[in-house]
This record gives sequence, structure tokens and C-alpha cells, in this order.
Amino acid sequence: MNPAAQSFVQESRDILDDLEGILLELEADPTNPKRVDAVFRALHTLKGSGAMFGFATLSAFTHHFENAYDRIREGKATVTPRLIQLSLASRDHLERMLDAGPDEDGAPAEDPATAELVAQIEALEEGGATAPAAAPAAESFVITFKPDAAALKNGMRPDLILAELADLGEARVTTRAGDVPALRDLDPTVCALSWQVELTTSAGREAIDDVFIFASDWEIDIQSPQAEPATVPTPAPAAEAPAAEAPAAPVAPAPTGSSPKAEDPRAAQKTDSVRVQSHRLDELMDQLGELVIAQARLNRISGELGDAGLASTAEEIERLVTGLRDITLSIRMLPIELVFGKFRRVVRDLSTELGKSVTLETRGGETEVDKNVIDSLTEPMVHIIRNSIDHGIETPEARRAAGKPEQSRVIMRARQSGGEVLISVTDDGKGLDAEAIRARGIERGLIAADQEISEEQLFGLIFEPGFSTAKTLSSVSGRGVGMDAVRRVIDDLRGTVEVKSQKGRGTEVTLRLPLTLAIIDGLLVRVGDGPFVLPLSNVEECVELPPAEETRKSGRSLLRIRDQLVPFLNLDSLFGFERVESPDRRVVITSVEGRRTGLVVDEVIGQYQTVIKPLSLYHRGIEGLAGSTILGDGSVALILDAAAIVKRAQGALKSAA
Amino acid sequence: MSKTVLSVDDSKSIRDMIGFTLEPKGYAVIGAGDGVEGLEALGSNKVDLVVCDLNMPNMNGIEMIRKAREDRRFDGIPIVMLTTEAQKEKMMEAKEAGATGWLVKPFDEAKLVAVVNKMIGGA
Repeated sequence: MNPAAQSFVQESRDILDDLEGILLELEADPTNPKRVDAVFRALHTLKGSGAMFGFATLSAFTHHFENAYDRIREGKATVTPRLIQLSLASRDHLERMLDAGPDEDGAPAEDPATAELVAQIEALEEGGATAPAAAPAAESFVITFKPDAAALKNGMRPDLILAELADLGEARVTTRAGDVPALRDLDPTVCALSWQVELTTSAGREAIDDVFIFASDWEIDIQSPQAEPATVPTPAPAAEAPAAEAPAAPVAPAPTGSSPKAEDPRAAQKTDSVRVQSHRLDELMDQLGELVIAQARLNRISGELGDAGLASTAEEIERLVTGLRDITLSIRMLPIELVFGKFRRVVRDLSTELGKSVTLETRGGETEVDKNVIDSLTEPMVHIIRNSIDHGIETPEARRAAGKPEQSRVIMRARQSGGEVLISVTDDGKGLDAEAIRARGIERGLIAADQEISEEQLFGLIFEPGFSTAKTLSSVSGRGVGMDAVRRVIDDLRGTVEVKSQKGRGTEVTLRLPLTLAIIDGLLVRVGDGPFVLPLSNVEECVELPPAEETRKSGRSLLRIRDQLVPFLNLDSLFGFERVESPDRRVVITSVEGRRTGLVVDEVIGQYQTVIKPLSLYHRGIEGLAGSTILGDGSVALILDAAAIVKRAQGALKSAA
Repeated sequence: MSKTVLSVDDSKSIRDMIGFTLEPKGYAVIGAGDGVEGLEALGSNKVDLVVCDLNMPNMNGIEMIRKAREDRRFDGIPIVMLTTEAQKEKMMEAKEAGATGWLVKPFDEAKLVAVVNKMIGGA
């Protein structure tokens, strides 16, 4: 595929994503002309650019789809559930057509699925009353246009365009000279004027488009004000008000003065954001990581040399690097609404399939999360939502019997808390069955029959591989895969997952994720001869190791911290290192999923900003290691995965018992 | 004084067709066989509009448009490129290079006259 076609495919995917959301909104609010317009515009764009980039089949199909909405716009048809159903199916079909790539040899391909959908869409049209085609009546248009900077140089003649417009009918031309710079700054080859033409013509919109055929890259806005009052029945938002006023007061100076305001937001949007390929961001992040490392080295050298000039420069660079890091991280941040948005469809389809009535509410969609986190989140969220709707939410009958409203609610929430983002999915279903989970856990050998564990830990079992208490398998969930996949992905993201549930009241699954994956604040420690980094998000505090407790070498001992017993592990014996007696031995108290565990290290060196580098192929998959990093002096330190270490130690303990 | 149209095309039949079509409408038509000749002709005549093919030996149409747009003397002279339906990308490229408009081959006399009139407003 050539690059232009690729960019078309990319753009079209975005359009289709949006379209899905708009269709679902339209379903909820079928008489809203703005939504109909939005659907129409999306289809129109697809149709137009599809033909240009070799997707003739797609374009031809979209034409039928678009027609259906054109009829609604014209008031010849209404939005029906059947139309929405068909539109969603058509949207999915368009996605498949995009996947299939451009037409071979430019010839439209015949596809039975396409023909079938077209037939269904057309059947829909016949259902509606067909109005006889009226003779073209005179319509009014307000056309504003501004030649681009190269227009005059390239031989374009705005005067001829005005003359052509005037030839179409009755035209009133207003010239806007507001953008003309002072004489000193005037470039005579650039046209700084723009025009507004109020045109009454029976030639139709296409004739106007034709006038601008060679000027497609100019800023052009063609509005047909007659249509406006019909499409904006409710009081229009402030920005649109002037357009709606225009036909009522055509001679008043108001439209001329205020319509630039209506253009402004759009013009601003154009320049507000830039589309960047994500691998470039990854490269930027990578380079920045190197810079952070180099800067740490510079700091160290500057500290050794003790040169005042060098020290102040190094400090300056440190400050700049920190700023650069914050900006780079913020570039990668996307609103979590992108993930939430995908679930409206999932919830709708699932609840239909399972015969349950579910509404999805989302809160905090504006919370921003690193793009890589966003990308990885979809899959686990799907599992959680499915689980919730399939297992958690009861049938409408059961809900009525339990005295609950038939319509159940699933709420997705996101909020930021320190360096973490909390995402939760709450349902008002029947809650987790603690007894069934306990029985299943004993059966699977995950817990001992007489083991006392907290409810939180008990619910945590549902994330173990192969754990499912569902008695029958459904097509949706309950195959025993799924929730353990959630845990795996969240672990990979260095996050945690937590379940709360009240029988009969509902379940809440909370994901706790780091805001970014590339750089973490770590605690640099020494174990044996080697430097190691513990993610600071896992570290609660560092305490002295009392000598009395040190004598116990069972691999795991208890430490009393403010009247609480905290188990601790000797990392050196865990790693199989020789014990090196060190006066600096400390216990780093970590907190993983609410459980505190001490890790004994030979020395705590200090807080350290760490750029995470992946492990080599040979080291990947070693439990307890999350990655590696390069220290200021060029040596390599391994990043410890506190959760995995604690888990591994518990496993060793259990098998020893 | 009549307006002058420069036809740059390696095919003599196209140059002739443009001459036969536009001369009766009151335009003067001169011809050039490739981009290099085209630029020479632009430099030595007062040209009001250029109709230019894209595929030509020595210097192709896009290259010629680019060169012409670099020369301040030719500022504001409209250049119409001749393309085929299959050359949409070329069309974009030419527009980027500074072409003013296009005419899709095959075209009839009426279309040619309409586009030339659109560009320079009649003879």
C-alpha cells in the first residue's frame, strides 16, 4: 500500500471509531439532528476519500450507507432501531473492507456480504415514503473563503472566483480586510483578503463546489442557512448562534462581524494538535532515557571534581532534563476515555446477547494515562467487564425478585492518585460468592482447607490461572481463562488489582497502575556486590535491622514495626549470595497489594530516578526481575519486582511446609 | 491584444489540438516539446497561461512547474496540468509544486475552453 493509502486507512479507522460512538449516542437520542449530521459527515468523508485512494468498493458501499442518512437529514425518514442495527453492522463491514486493502486493479470487487447489506439498507429506504423530486428551488448560501499564501503566486485569481460565483445567481460580496498587515509587513504576492459571499442560486451546492474545484486547499466555508433552523431546534450553543441568525437579518452587519468567530474554533483545532507516529514517541523516550543516564554521570563527575562552574552547569542541566522529562511524559499521555469509549459497544452487545439490561456509566474519562498503558488496558478491561456482566449481573427476573431495579448499572471510574492511576469497574450485581471461591481454592490446592485468609486475599484467588467457579461455560466468559490474563497484563504494567465485593450488592474491581512505564523513581540498594533498584512505589520505609532478629536464618522472619508484625526476607540468601557482613544492613519495608514485607539489603544507597531498560533474552522471564537500568557510573543495576519476590518466597515457604 | 497560451507537451497532436481549439476563441497559442523548452518559451514570451503535460522527456511537467514557481518573473501565471484519472497522486504532487489547476485526459474542447476561461477570464 502506498503511504497515501496508508494514511487514508489510518484516518478512516479513526472515523469509524468515532462513528461507533456517534451511532450509539444516536440510538439513545434518535431525534437529534446534530448526531445525524455527524454520521452523515463521517460517511461522506469516507466515501469521498475512499474513491481517491483506490478503495472504490468501499466508497460505493458507503454511498448507499450515506444515502440512508441523507434521507433522514432531509426529513424523508427517521432513525429506527433497525437502522442503528444495520448501521453498526455496516460500520463493522467498512472496517473489514479497510483491512482488506485497496481494490485490485482499481476494479470494484463483488462481495456477497456487501451486496446483502446494500440490499438491507435499500429495503429500509423503500419502507419510508418517497417524496417526489422537486424542481430545483433557489437556495441561499453564505460562502466565506480565504486564498492560501501561495494562491496568487500560483496563478489563482480570487476575482475570477467571485465573478464565477456571481454568474450563478444573485450575489452580495463583502470583502474582509482585517488580516491585511501594515504596509511595512505587506507581502504583495500573498493575498491577505478574504471574502464573504451571500449567494442566492438555483444551481445547487455542487455548482458552488465546482467554482472552488482548483482551490480545495483554501479555507472555504459554505453554509446553507435555510437548513440551520431545522437542524438546530434547541437553543444553539453560543458559537453557532450567529449562523442561525444570519437568515433572519441578512442586511444587518452582525453576520459579517460575528461569523469569523464561528470559524475560529475550527481553525484553532487544526493547529492545536499534531498526529505523530507512536514509534517516534518511543524513540524520543528512549533518547531521553539515555539523556537522564548521561546527566546522572555528569552529576557524579561534577561532584568528584568539585569545580564550582561545572557544578552549577550540571545543576542547570539537571533542571532542564527534569523539565524535558515531564514534557515528554505528558506528550505520551492520553485521556482514558479512549479505552472507556470502546466499552459502550461491548456492554451493549453483551447485554443483548445475555438478555440482561445494563447501562454503562463512565466517570473521570479525562484522566490521562501513558499511551502504552492505554494500549495494554483494553484486553484486561474487556475481561473484567465480561465477567461482571456474565457472572455478576443477574437476569432482570432475578433482579426483580431480589428487589433491585431491573436495569443494572456498571460504572467505570478513573482517577489519578499520586504517581498512579486508579481504574475501577463497579457493578450492582450479586457479588462474589466467598464460599464457592473458598471451596474452589481448596480444590485447586491454592489454599489449605483450614487456612485463615482475609476476604481480600480470598477474592484475589479469582485471578489465579484456571480458576473459575462458573458451573456451566458460556460463550462469554467462564472458561477459566480471562481473569488470570487480567492479572498477567496488570503485572506487566507494574500495577496491582484488587477486588471488593458484597454479597447481593455488587463487586468492584480496582486496577492500580503507574502513570508511566518508561521512567520510575527507585530506591537504589546493594545486595552482596551488586546494585539493585526497588520501585519506590512499592517502598514504604526503611528500618534498622535489629541484631537479635538477624540471627534467625530460616529465610523468613518477623519484625515488629510499631506494634505490627511484618515478615521479612534476606535478599542475599534468596539470591543465593554469600552473606557479607555489613554494618549498613537495613530492612526495606515494601507494600504489595496491601501486604507489607521487609526485604533485607546490605546497604541503602538512596533514591534514584531510573530509566527502565528491558532485560536481555537470557534474563527475560526470571521471576523477581522487572528490568535493568544503567547507573551514573555506567554499571548495570537490576530492577527488582517486589511483588514477584514476595510471591516466590511465599511459594518456597509453602512447599517447604 | 490577445492572451497567449503556452502548450507544453511532447505530443504534437495534443499541442495542435490545443491550438485548434483555443485560436478560434481568440487566444494566441505557442508550443514547447518538453519542460526545458517550456521554461525557455516562458522566458522569451509574454505568456498568460500554461497548459502542461506531466510525462515528458528531458524535464517532466512537475519539475518544470517547480522551476517556474522558483522564478519570480513567472509569478502569477496560471499553469494547468494535463493528467489522467489514474494519476491522482501525481496531481497532488503537481498542485504542491505550484500547479494552478488540472484538466483530466481525455478532455473535449468545451472542457479545455472552460478551464482556460476559468483561469484567465476569457480572451
